[in-house]
Amino acid sequence: MSANKESVGKTLLVAFLVCVVCGVVVATAAVSLRPVQSKNQLLDKRMNILQAAGLYQPGVDVNTVFKSIERRFVDIDTGEYVEMPESYDQRKAAKDPQRSERLSGKEDIAGIKSQAKVAEVFLARGDDGELSRIILPVHGYGLWSTLYGFLALEPDANTVSGLGFYEHGETPGLGGEVDNPKWKALWEGKKLYGEQGEVEIQVVKGSVDSKTPNAEHKVDGLAGATLTSNGVSNLLRFWVGENGFGPYLKRMQNGEAVVQQEGDA
Amino acid sequence: MAEKTKDILFGPIFDNNPIALQILGICSALAVTSNLSTTLTMCIALTVVVAFSNFFVSCIRNSIPSSIRIIVQMTIIASLVIVVDQFLKAYAYSISKQLSVFVGLIITNCIVMGRAEAFAMKNPPIPSFLDGVGNGLGYSVILLGLGFIRELLGAGSLFGQQILTKAADGGWFVTNGMMLLPPSAFFLIGLFIWAIRVWKPEQVEEDTFKMKPHTRVSDAF
Repeated sequence: MSANKESVGKTLLVAFLVCVVCGVVVATAAVSLRPVQSKNQLLDKRMNILQAAGLYQPGVDVNTVFKSIERRFVDIDTGEYVEMPESYDQRKAAKDPQRSERLSGKEDIAGIKSQAKVAEVFLARGDDGELSRIILPVHGYGLWSTLYGFLALEPDANTVSGLGFYEHGETPGLGGEVDNPKWKALWEGKKLYGEQGEVEIQVVKGSVDSKTPNAEHKVDGLAGATLTSNGVSNLLRFWVGENGFGPYLKRMQNGEAVVQQEGDA
Repeated sequence: MAEKTKDILFGPIFDNNPIALQILGICSALAVTSNLSTTLTMCIALTVVVAFSNFFVSCIRNSIPSSIRIIVQMTIIASLVIVVDQFLKAYAYSISKQLSVFVGLIITNCIVMGRAEAFAMKNPPIPSFLDGVGNGLGYSVILLGLGFIRELLGAGSLFGQQILTKAADGGWFVTNGMMLLPPSAFFLIGLFIWAIRVWKPEQVEEDTFKMKPHTRVSDAF
């Protein structure tokens, strides 16, 4: 047996058998674990949304809490609600030329190159059915990586109630401090827009206290992470601006979108 | 035989450590040790892969033609890594996100390849399996040591639990940011190797050449 194991036929046979066996093993694992994987992926995303909205406490069942949150789709250009299938994936759509728009260099302050035409938003409701939070997915380029996160707003569509990033590759201890709860707490209560409706929110260098002019629009930058701070600033300004959720948030402020929302429900 | 089994299993921990003596698998040792929970997951993943790849390679070692033996080993290793990766994605999603590409890179980890080629091709399945577990443990000992020191000094926590109150949160502990960056692992591995070789001087390599003393004082100028 070992005498002829070097023959061409034997070599091909062994290669073939190894491939078949390994292929079957890998395929079985991938297919049989897929349902658990997608369940966990969804759970992870939901948890991030809840954390950004400030609705998450350790120990609560994420799926139960999430029942009070509604997922809607918004046309980026008009700011109107549109119907989309449940399986719509905004990240995939952003890469598909059919369903996305390329951004020119000037518009693209967040460094995301192209943007899906339809974006998802999450609406959290209190026990009485009143809108309590508007949660918007945001992303943009920091120093090393694209930061993905959620921005939670009060029902007035102007006051920030929370900001959290669930995926980024910034330097641990420097830019990675975007995950620091103390820094995240600084965002609460900041206003996105000025009197004339222009985007005012920004991350600035140095500390911000009540004496700083326009303190309600400014957030203290991260020490030692100027580029990450700028990235966060730019991505927020992009997403709440004219090319992002600006039109939608305007509607929310005027109460238009809410009326339509109630009609649906 | 019992003596030999013990040797196979526990030898790689200090006497023949894959990282400290053979200097293999350094890449992942730098990348995943900035906190202990990812470190532990990586250690378990690598130990499982190296043990089972040794086992399966050894099972078919008599039928592998030598002309394609490396690619056959790679196929087995790669399949095992994909299976482990799928399991992590299913049951430890947030950790698998942090480990990202490094689970996949177990395929190219020299320890796995090295054990398959050096041990499993020549020995029966059970000792090969134990050899894999032993080398996995050797890798784990160093990685957990690194993870412990890096997370404690870099973030003041262990397994994400705050142990030392950071100065930024009003405590006394000033974190060492360098510990969270990959180069610190190089320094720590160096210190580990030094410590092990002081303890076990037989691991110290002989000088490859000897410097001659100066024959005349003027040579130095």
